Amino acid sequence: MKGLKKYYVQKILWYLLTLVFAVVLNFVLPRLMPGDPVSAIAGKSVSGMSDATKIQKVYQDYTEKFGISKPIYVQFFTWLKNALHGDFGVSFSQFPRTVSDILSGAVWWTVCLQLPAIVLGWVLGNVLGAVAAYRKGVFDKAILPAFLFVSNIPAFGMAIILLFVFGVRLGVLPTSGGYGFNMMPSATWAFVKSVIVHYQLPFWSIVLITIGGQAIGMRSMAIYELNADYVKYSRFLGIKDRTIVKYVFRNAMLPQITGLALSLGTMMGGALVAEIIFSYPGLGTTLLAAVTGQDYPLLSACTLIITIMVLLANLAVELIYGIIDPRVKANQQD
Amino acid sequence: MKNRIRQVFHSGKFITGFVIFIVILLTIFIYPLIITRDPLKMMGEGNFFRPGTYVSKSEVAGSGDSYQLNVDAAAAQVDRRLKNDTRGFMAEWLEKYGGVKSSEIDVSDADGLIALWQDHYDLAAEQKGMTAAKKKKFRRLDKEIRDIMKSKALFLAEKNEETGDLEEVEELGETEYVNEKDIQNKHTFPLGTDNFGRDVLTELVAATRSSLKIGVIAGVIATVLGLILGLLAGYLGGFADNLIVFFTNLFTVIPSFVLLILISYSVGESQRGIMMVAILIGCTSWPWTTRSVRSQVMSLRNRDHVNLSKLSGHSTIRIILTDILPYIASYVVMAFILQISSGILSEAQLSMIGLGPATTKTATLGLMMNWATMYSAHLNGSWWAYFPVVLMIALISFSLNLMNTGLDQVFNPQLRD
Repeated sequence: MKGLKKYYVQKILWYLLTLVFAVVLNFVLPRLMPGDPVSAIAGKSVSGMSDATKIQKVYQDYTEKFGISKPIYVQFFTWLKNALHGDFGVSFSQFPRTVSDILSGAVWWTVCLQLPAIVLGWVLGNVLGAVAAYRKGVFDKAILPAFLFVSNIPAFGMAIILLFVFGVRLGVLPTSGGYGFNMMPSATWAFVKSVIVHYQLPFWSIVLITIGGQAIGMRSMAIYELNADYVKYSRFLGIKDRTIVKYVFRNAMLPQITGLALSLGTMMGGALVAEIIFSYPGLGTTLLAAVTGQDYPLLSACTLIITIMVLLANLAVELIYGIIDPRVKANQQD
Repeated sequence: MKNRIRQVFHSGKFITGFVIFIVILLTIFIYPLIITRDPLKMMGEGNFFRPGTYVSKSEVAGSGDSYQLNVDAAAAQVDRRLKNDTRGFMAEWLEKYGGVKSSEIDVSDADGLIALWQDHYDLAAEQKGMTAAKKKKFRRLDKEIRDIMKSKALFLAEKNEETGDLEEVEELGETEYVNEKDIQNKHTFPLGTDNFGRDVLTELVAATRSSLKIGVIAGVIATVLGLILGLLAGYLGGFADNLIVFFTNLFTVIPSFVLLILISYSVGESQRGIMMVAILIGCTSWPWTTRSVRSQVMSLRNRDHVNLSKLSGHSTIRIILTDILPYIASYVVMAFILQISSGILSEAQLSMIGLGPATTKTATLGLMMNWATMYSAHLNGSWWAYFPVVLMIALISFSLNLMNTGLDQVFNPQLRD
């Protein structure tokens, strides 16, 4: 257990450091660019957009919270202090709602959609990939090209195809939103039912995409493992096929877990865009709204939340990896 | 080397991917030579024409001797004029007194119904149990149907500038026709038009071209950056290695998607051309290449021939160029191929959230998707506005990945089935 603890502490420290970097980047990057958002906001308040008093108010709020006239490091610490209190200022496009109010709703939609979808897609993909490698023959021949093609369809493409088939043509599932547009979020049975129905299309489009990519990776890992010496040796010993498959699966799964940690960010990015297709009330749609509404406070808070979510998910994967792979523990004890 | 290339072209996967890719490439270069008009020209007013051939309405009506009847005009007129309740009465009479079986009557088929009527309706026929009023009604109905069958002319009128009255210009009979070849202003949209009335096929070809351009530029930048950093880290080791690995790990965990959004938003719309987006994508996607190059170089670093070179006093640059690069060339090519496909995907996703290249001169695959979803093509069933785009992205990425797998199997024998 001592070895694992050391591994955990190391990982958590590393992710904390990454978090610090991510936060700094989130603050600094936009301010380094020529058309930096803060002066854009100031410009807007002068040129007087549609609603001058509104812009003025947001600008005042912004100056107050971010201390625009002060040196940049002072600005950073004010911003950080506010962010730690969950205060990201007031949104432009959805004035007078605060950014944290908008996001606190959106985050849960995204988490509840993506987390189960990616986990299920990953598990199904790995099982199918392993079966394809082990069975070979027709199953493999038929399923591999299909997965190869599916894995190359972007997530939003899969979303739009499912939407067209099941939502528009067959008309069996709703085409947009997270719940019926005539409903208010409440704890009634009708609302829950509507949420479940609206959940299907976004959920399955993410699952299908994940399956495609994972199955191919798992298949080639499993083929590689099936040719390994320990498999041949086990066969000589007369160990049952079932047991050998178990070993192979475990060994082939380890690189898949590492792969998951590496590609989580990309996967979540793709899934966020798929949300847009369904106007799902999650972070993806909020991002789109922030961009079209030129709402910088909302956008930067959105990216920060997404980064933190990816970091947390990654950390979770790596912590689980520590338990599953015995080599991690052994390495740390040396 | 020659042998290797021959081996590559023996791999079925590589060939399939290669052929698809070459077909796409040829299309985007040859198509603009044949159809030279601006791909973003708005051809027709109105959203989302479905695929087909279109003729200008004003030309059809105005030119008199050159218009096209693209439907069977007579039948359509009959169909339009024959009201639903009239049809009901006709069916009723035919069934009760005409001796026609109800299965033979189809009220939705106007032509067939009238043919049956003309065959069976007879004023003198015995119509038991019918009041005189009803008999008269059917007589009127018969007359009505005869009227419908007579052709009616369509009048073209022009508005008088001074009085504002409509003046008859021409009379168009139902049986006047014109040869299809005489119509000058005819457009065929094999894939329909988009929300701006632009030809989707022509636009798609142009978009594929600019998306590939973005992919290649981003791929070159990412590969060069990744290669340099990977070589430095892997070969030099020590502090340089630690530093580079630290940043590589950092940027693999911090999603490049997020960095792209932040930077593209801040650069502002005026700056965000195709080139800018390509550079941004390239600058945020190097960590993958760095990782794989570094691990390859690490395994090469202590090989005998490298040590020999070192002992001979060759410079670091020369050792890298002659003793290490040739060994990792195949990996670099594979990484480059993957970078192209992920670059195209990144552009598409970036454009979908409205941060793609802000240009009115060219389309990209992502912008086409963005326009289609903004004008809710996916909700109103205009599949031709987005489905070809999705298919094109999938095909490009599929062909590139197949080529990559093919190469991998040649250069990495352990993976062969």
